[in-house]
Amino acid sequence: MYFGIWAALLVGTFVTYKAAFIELGPFNAAVALGIATIKATLVALFFMHVWHASEKLTKLVVIAAVFFLLLLLGLTMSDYATRPWS
Amino acid sequence: MADSTLVGLQHGEEHHPELLHHFAEPQQQRDAASLGMWVFLATEVMFFGGLFCAYLVYRRWYFGDFGAASKSIDATLGATNTAVLICSSLTVVLAVWAAQTARRMLLVVMLGITMILGLAFLGIKAIEYKDKFEEHHVPGASFSFENVPIPGHPGQFANPRHAQIFFSLYFVMTGLHALHMIIGLGIFSWLFTMAWKGRFTPEWHTPVEIGGLYWHFVDIVWIYLFPLLYLIDRHP
Repeated sequence: MYFGIWAALLVGTFVTYKAAFIELGPFNAAVALGIATIKATLVALFFMHVWHASEKLTKLVVIAAVFFLLLLLGLTMSDYATRPWS
Repeated sequence: MADSTLVGLQHGEEHHPELLHHFAEPQQQRDAASLGMWVFLATEVMFFGGLFCAYLVYRRWYFGDFGAASKSIDATLGATNTAVLICSSLTVVLAVWAAQTARRMLLVVMLGITMILGLAFLGIKAIEYKDKFEEHHVPGASFSFENVPIPGHPGQFANPRHAQIFFSLYFVMTGLHALHMIIGLGIFSWLFTMAWKGRFTPEWHTPVEIGGLYWHFVDIVWIYLFPLLYLIDRHP
């Protein structure tokens, strides 16, 4: 199974690299970040064993970390991205 | 001896030498160590998160300048480094598996390959930094980014002051990441020595597990740094 995840991560890297050279307008960033998030999730779930974690607290910490990161980025951008003069 | 049922093992009874007395059983100790590492990684998410946040704000403001600056970095080196780190993550999980199943030689070999891949990453990073130094793209007195066209806007040139902000973020984010790699190599040399001496057993290999968690986290940071810094506006 580890080799399958590894292959998926390498394919993801290759697709990210190739997609960056194709004109997709605003979707370039969306594709790049979407693939990056899939890759990061695969690493966390299977390489870091979150999927099979015996301790529920581990999952809670992971969810809390992602939640507070999104809070930081989301609230900051909801300000900067909506200023009329920016 | 009413307490003995609660404590499980009394002082002096036979147990694994690495089992500390404030834990009832090895599983509880392992879970506690792993949880501690995860809490540390959560603080690391916020540590890097601040930089990602600064990056997002400036990228929105100076998108064209960021695109021009990003284009000056060698994306092939970045992609190679991503692949190198992904391979090292595979060798790390194989090392953890080897420790769980008492395969000492496989553990030693996997830890060794991980360190070689880590060094390869830093070597490629050094080539990249050397290019940036030679091109005067390092923020500071000798910074120069004149007459660089903005991708997709013929006749427009990047503002060097805005490009300098990109390179500041580039050096701080990749530099902080490289520092984590160097610390990771330190941790792994210690793991390598311990594995060589045969200290890790299926009952006790917590350092391999939580060292591996750290290594994977550093990999995840790079998975985001690669597209954000190297691939902003590449298409012709």
